[in-house]
Amino acid sequence: MLRYTLKRLLSLLISLAIASLVIFAVIEVAPGDPASFMLGMNAQEDTLAALRAELGLDQSKFQRYLTWVTGMMQGDFGTSYQYRTPVAGMIADRLWVSLPLALYALLLSTAIAFPAGIYAAARRGKPGDMGVMGATQLGVAIPNFWFAMMLVLIFAINLRWFSAGGFTGWDKGVFAALKSLTLPAIALALPQAAILARVMRSALLDVLGEDFMRTARAKGLSRGQALRRHGLRNAMIPVLTILGLQFSFLLAGGIIIEQVFYLPGLGRLIFQSISARDLIVVESVTMLLVFAVIMVNFAVDLAYAAVDPRLRART
Amino acid sequence: MSLLQIRNLTLSINGTAILHDVSVDIAPGEVVAITGESGSGKSMTALATMQLLPDGAETTGQIVLSGQDVTQLGEAAMCGLRGNAVGMVFQEPMTALNPVQTIGAQVAETVRLHRPDLDPMARAAEVLTRVGLPPGKIPLSRYPHELSGGQRQRVVIAIAIACGPKLLIADEPTTALDVTTQAQILDLLKQLASEDGMGLMMITHDLAVVAQMADRIAVMQHGHVVEAGDTPVLLADPQHPYTKALFAASNHRVILPETHQDAPLLRVQNVVRDYALPRTTLFKAPGTMRAVNDVSFDIPKGARIGLVGESGCGKSTLTRAILGLEPVQSGTITLGGEPVFSAGRPNLAVRRRMQVVFQDPYGSFNPRHRVARLITEPFHLLESKPSATERADRVAEALIAVGLSPADAQKYPHQFSGGQRQRIAIARALIIRPELIVFDEAVSALDVSVRAQILDLIAALCGQYNLTYLFISHDLSVVRTITDHVLVMKSGEIVEQGPTEDVFTTARHPYTQTLIAAAPTLPERMHHA
Repeated sequence: MLRYTLKRLLSLLISLAIASLVIFAVIEVAPGDPASFMLGMNAQEDTLAALRAELGLDQSKFQRYLTWVTGMMQGDFGTSYQYRTPVAGMIADRLWVSLPLALYALLLSTAIAFPAGIYAAARRGKPGDMGVMGATQLGVAIPNFWFAMMLVLIFAINLRWFSAGGFTGWDKGVFAALKSLTLPAIALALPQAAILARVMRSALLDVLGEDFMRTARAKGLSRGQALRRHGLRNAMIPVLTILGLQFSFLLAGGIIIEQVFYLPGLGRLIFQSISARDLIVVESVTMLLVFAVIMVNFAVDLAYAAVDPRLRART
Repeated sequence: MSLLQIRNLTLSINGTAILHDVSVDIAPGEVVAITGESGSGKSMTALATMQLLPDGAETTGQIVLSGQDVTQLGEAAMCGLRGNAVGMVFQEPMTALNPVQTIGAQVAETVRLHRPDLDPMARAAEVLTRVGLPPGKIPLSRYPHELSGGQRQRVVIAIAIACGPKLLIADEPTTALDVTTQAQILDLLKQLASEDGMGLMMITHDLAVVAQMADRIAVMQHGHVVEAGDTPVLLADPQHPYTKALFAASNHRVILPETHQDAPLLRVQNVVRDYALPRTTLFKAPGTMRAVNDVSFDIPKGARIGLVGESGCGKSTLTRAILGLEPVQSGTITLGGEPVFSAGRPNLAVRRRMQVVFQDPYGSFNPRHRVARLITEPFHLLESKPSATERADRVAEALIAVGLSPADAQKYPHQFSGGQRQRIAIARALIIRPELIVFDEAVSALDVSVRAQILDLIAALCGQYNLTYLFISHDLSVVRTITDHVLVMKSGEIVEQGPTEDVFTTARHPYTQTLIAAAPTLPERMHHA
């Protein structure tokens, strides 16, 4: 298990190094000089040069890469070209919205998908299964912003249980903050839950056909007992894979939902920074997301090993 | 007083009749074998007794287990019986255990379910010791993947007997195991039945196993019990034509035509094949596992050579090396003087001179291709492709040679039975007139009667085409009849070789002797049935 963890850790570090190089290179070749963008069309050549020097744009590429990477390791993400404030602070503010939102949505999606998938698998081919499958078909097909608008219409405008948008901030209390994230989290969670429920169902059905499930029944376990005691854990590998992918998506992919609900999240920050050629912010946020995705994959790998002893043994 | 009485059991699944009027009795301590070919309904009889039939199954008749008709019991009552009054052992020990639970937990679960008065883990340790896996040697904390096939089957048996059932059902319990392991498991089952007074329902297609194990035999065909009786009586004097045919096919002997062997065709000289083991440390070179160790033999033109050995002995590795699919670490393999593997890839000039027939007649064909396309695939090895008419002629000739009709060329594989598919596989091997054919467990997946026909076909083709082949099999009785020279392989080495009859009658190497002694055989008088 220790060896497995160390191996995963090594591959994590390599992935991070490669990702940082690629991100830096892509941003470098992207057209647009931040200095001239900031100073406008009529800027003097010497003002531009001074600003470039101030931003460090006149250094060699290698040096800038090093500065960027070593800075990030110390929590210094540079200074925004656009707002002239530390990028780290901007990201931290947004992360306090996006991370709880992603976790909230993931929790909801799991809470809906697991029981639905298990229920459908246990009643394969029966009306209950067809009902669940029909609902998930809709969930996969309907885009999340439509859910978002419907939720606003019903719960904010008609019932007035929630506000239609905006984020109260954590200083107003955890409950208030969570309340303002509830509708967005549901809108994000529904399509994800639909996918996850389908994966759960098909993974379980695969496991139900395995020989060891027959052994379990021959022991005297009922169908339900066999499913819970022997089926679930064996079906977890594909489900964990999808869960990992979904979390990565939720962290940054909520951009449309953030727009619908006027949430100051990471997605909006990226969108605004790209429009303003604020390359240092784009670079840093992208790197942060890549870091998050790689960390999630690392966690999923560890979860695989926890679930399946054969993986622990292999390495 | 019978322990189990199956009376006039009729079963249909979604309207398709599977069993007709099946009646079987088992007394305490008695071993009753239900035998027959695939599709005869023997496994369904077992599953009906467990009431674990697939959805859509409907039964009539009675299955009385110690006075209770299980067909009338509800699901909850059945859950109380399964694993408690009746235990079941399955065919595939590799997949019959939950891979993510320890063996101790899996045995203890049955105890916890039915015997709350016992300490589950202590009882698990006790039964595992009973089946030959003492916790001192094999801790309860092991996972199934850490055990061999034979050991896993012992765990499955431990689960089945953990609560001291009155009836044990074993469905092809040794079919997936090597002969020496099979002998041990059969001994264990027999011992358990006699010591505990358990009735044992033994489902198997292998008549030699039946002859060795059973007190009584029921022979099934197409869902009917066609004949039943005490083992010695039934073996000595079978009445039903199907029983007679089954016995004859099990002991089928072919007559190989005379052949004149000249210069060596395939030469295997001092071949060593190593596999790299997974890296254990980052900076040290990974270790290696020697799968084939210094193996040498010749196959002269016209020779029919057998290669026998148990799983893991290196016969598959050796086969892949002969086919030029993998490089060897030292030694040479040449066909007609040319290396089978050169410049880092299979030598095509040699590949077109040999062909292979695999075990699984279902998995080895692309289901979306017609037979004509399937069997002409080896043509791509040729330098000059035959013309369309020549192609059609060759297809027709190959199909006729294997006993099919030229019209079959336009059909798809799913339209054929297992035996017919194996004929197609042989036609595919024959079509470019290879000098050497490798039969890799080519009849192992077939029923005895079909197997007999395929063996006849191979013998006939020997006369027609003067075949040279290497016949790889774990089944000693097949190798004995279809080859005239045999190699015995163990742990990567050829431990004995010689003319087949000599090796079988006067084996010199202790391993060959063990192997031959472990293989169950039908009593001698049946050979002339």
